[in-house]
Amino acid sequence: MNGKKIFTELLRMVCLLAAVSLVAFLLITNAPIDPLVSYVGTNSTLSPEAKEEIAEYWGLKESLPKRFLTWAGHALQGDLGTSITYKKPVAQVIGERFSYSFVLMLAAWILSSFLGFFLGIVCGLYQEGIFDRCIKVFCLILKSAPTFWIGLLLLSLFAVKLGWFPIGMAAPIGKLSSEVALGDRIYHLILPVLTLTLVSISETTLYTRQKLVEILSSDFILYARARGENRRQLVFRHILKNVALPAITVQFSSFSELFGGMALAENVFAYPGIGTAITAAALNGDVPLLLGIAVFSGLFVFSGNLIANILYGVLDPRIREGEAL
Amino acid sequence: MKKENILKVEDLTVSFSRYQKGFHKTSLEVIHSLSLEVNSGEIVAVVGSSGSGKSLLAHAVLQLLPQNAKTKGEILYRGNSLGEKQSRKLLGREISFIPQSVDYLDPLMRVGAQVQGVYGTKERQQMLFQQFGLAQDTQQKYPFQLSGGMARRVLISAALMENAKLMIADEPTPGLSVDLAMDTLKYFRNVADQGAGVLLITHDIDLALQVADRIAVFYAGTILELAPTEDFVKGGQALRHPYSRAFMSALPQNEFQPLAGSQPYAGNLPKGCLFAQRCSLCDEQCKSEDAALMRQVAGGKVRCIHAIDQDRNREIGNRHQAMAGI
Amino acid sequence: MRSKRTVFENRRIQLVFWVVLALCYLLGIFFVGLGVKESAYGICFEDKFLAPSLRHPFGTDGLGRDMFFRCMKGLSTSMVIGILAAVVSSFLALVMGILSAVLGGFVDKFINWAVDLCMGLPHIVLLLLISFMMGKGMKGVTIAVALTHWPALTRLVRSEVLQIRSSLYVQTAYRMGKSPYQVAVTHMIPHVLPTYVIGLILLFPHAIMHEAAITFLGFGLPAEMPAIGVILSEAMNHIAAGKWWLALFPGLLLLTVVVLFDVIGDNLKKLWNPQSGNQ
Repeated sequence: MNGKKIFTELLRMVCLLAAVSLVAFLLITNAPIDPLVSYVGTNSTLSPEAKEEIAEYWGLKESLPKRFLTWAGHALQGDLGTSITYKKPVAQVIGERFSYSFVLMLAAWILSSFLGFFLGIVCGLYQEGIFDRCIKVFCLILKSAPTFWIGLLLLSLFAVKLGWFPIGMAAPIGKLSSEVALGDRIYHLILPVLTLTLVSISETTLYTRQKLVEILSSDFILYARARGENRRQLVFRHILKNVALPAITVQFSSFSELFGGMALAENVFAYPGIGTAITAAALNGDVPLLLGIAVFSGLFVFSGNLIANILYGVLDPRIREGEAL
Repeated sequence: MKKENILKVEDLTVSFSRYQKGFHKTSLEVIHSLSLEVNSGEIVAVVGSSGSGKSLLAHAVLQLLPQNAKTKGEILYRGNSLGEKQSRKLLGREISFIPQSVDYLDPLMRVGAQVQGVYGTKERQQMLFQQFGLAQDTQQKYPFQLSGGMARRVLISAALMENAKLMIADEPTPGLSVDLAMDTLKYFRNVADQGAGVLLITHDIDLALQVADRIAVFYAGTILELAPTEDFVKGGQALRHPYSRAFMSALPQNEFQPLAGSQPYAGNLPKGCLFAQRCSLCDEQCKSEDAALMRQVAGGKVRCIHAIDQDRNREIGNRHQAMAGI
Repeated sequence: MRSKRTVFENRRIQLVFWVVLALCYLLGIFFVGLGVKESAYGICFEDKFLAPSLRHPFGTDGLGRDMFFRCMKGLSTSMVIGILAAVVSSFLALVMGILSAVLGGFVDKFINWAVDLCMGLPHIVLLLLISFMMGKGMKGVTIAVALTHWPALTRLVRSEVLQIRSSLYVQTAYRMGKSPYQVAVTHMIPHVLPTYVIGLILLFPHAIMHEAAITFLGFGLPAEMPAIGVILSEAMNHIAAGKWWLALFPGLLLLTVVVLFDVIGDNLKKLWNPQSGNQ
């Protein structure tokens, strides 16, 4: 993959991201919610003139396209407005919240990727064996189980019944975040991570398994066997590489599902990440924050896709060296 | 050199189980009671049109058929039964295989490493590349970067990594220039002359005529005639089966007469002789089970109930000719 | 040589058997749920927080409402939304997929772009935004779920149509002077129908799960309506008090519905495409 290709891909993604922002903007500004009311509260004592003034100040009187351009202009400079819910700049809220969500997603993503890949390989190699059947049923059930339900079950089993883990939050209540020890953080992170891992693992496992089955019946495996390679050699010389290549890229292009799972898991565990922030924003009619997080989530998905595309170009010799021919 | 029996295939039947629309699981017989022998120092060519199931014969001998395939009959390698267990020790060392196309190479692995395989050495691979006129940087390439001719030579070098006793080549020459094709054939000859047996599977009768010692005519999943190459060179009455004769006269250098009709589909085979529908000699006898049996006729083998008469006719004809010559 | 019947032919009958069984179960839940009267899950303070028993198989909640009937009612509501969403989204997918493949050029580019756009936001976020715009509630979630499930199926239909577009008989139809519309109706729609129907069935579980998720977050069905999302969201408040049944059974019921839709879709796929049954 050469520079030009990366550049066009990047350009396409920037355009899409701009369009995504526009869609998000239109959806949110068309909501039957008066940002002014959200801001000052329903039974405020402000005079109509004062309200008028705030509306003027926010540019609420302008036409929609102009408002979007103003918002986009500010957004490009890193100013996403001020969150009504948290009384802080949106960019700052996203930054703080995302650092929590990032740890959660990263841990679950790594766990589910490796574990899922491993399970998928074992299942594929021992197709229709007892292990394979059990894992397959397990995955099908997990795939069909709502994230928040899994979270609730884990919570009620491990936190309530067994008392091994805390019931929620990222840290014990009543402590300043600076006082929270790393151990405490991890302790509070385990159940949300477990939930998100369980939700993500079935796709990875089933995908890896299916790819492996496809590859096992391919001509080049037949040839490798004809040349006397044993099962072990087949796995380590050919199968792992050929399965990992698509699996890795799929892992990166699944950021969308990861984000969704994270949002639900965070809400179950009252984990102070971006997932709880977006529901709070939507419930409070916090337009700037909602818009900020929506665009940020789009950016998150796009960066996953971009990494997937670039990785494919780096890892697959057919693309990496294809142009040189 | 004393001739040794390298490969003996006896009454091999291969069938696949598959689902058809509806609820039936059917078994599809793709190779029927096929028998074949390859001796040391000998090249036996299996010739048939594309899509007649020749490749499956190679896969069956290599014990590499897919899970849903069932085989009957026996395959012997140097007198010992060749099963999945035995083949595991022989493949890549005593038995080598040349596949049809570059698709048989791992797309993500460099060519050099693939040619070396698990038993070969780098030195030998480099020597072979040189012999086949492959630049040394070829070993750093990936399969998709090879041209048709290069891929072919790479696959052949891979087969020559070990001194195989049995070499099975599945369509080894398409994509090669005439010179290279001839070179390749010379290699097969060399391999055979050094005491190995070569089973050459091809749709190209010309190629078989050039290099093979014996030729087997493959039709609808079995061998209709197996005879020394001279008989095919002579053509016409020297051949025992009407299909072989038609096959030979369809060649450009002969009468170039194509044969009407097409091979029967594996799921829909006629009873008795498989060629009956297209045969001008076909009569009631040809529909009996007996008609499909392989019989020994004049130094070859044939599946034709009329072959005996043909043989006598031929002898009579020869005698007539001889008398006329006097 | 001849088609041989073997013991394994039962396997296909098995497939049909599972489809029928799953269908019965789903229809059962659907109609029982529709028929449940409000009084069946009425408030009864004497019976609050009862653990599962014969009288209340799923237990009761903090207001003494019978959880079994609430779940049944809620699931049938979810299924109505699911059906609506599947019908709307799959219709959009069919039309756009065919247009994209048949017309090509600008239309194709535009539809592909729209697919990318729709997939550019995490699905949950998109649902939330649409629901937010519609002012939450049943209308909001239904529209959100119905309008966002077309992209994947559009791609599938498009590639399927592209495959046959170049085939001989479609080319012949064009040469015989048939209009693109006629070709689409007489050749393409019948060809993509299996893919389409299976895609439609596999859409249900997604739609139902997404509805439940959005409702759970508080942007879907209103709290006074019986719905799995509402029930589980309420359950969250009582989990700490050890009322596990409030979460376990409603989720399990939803799970069976989703799994069974998947079973139906997958088995139909196997029946339609015998090759995939060879493994």
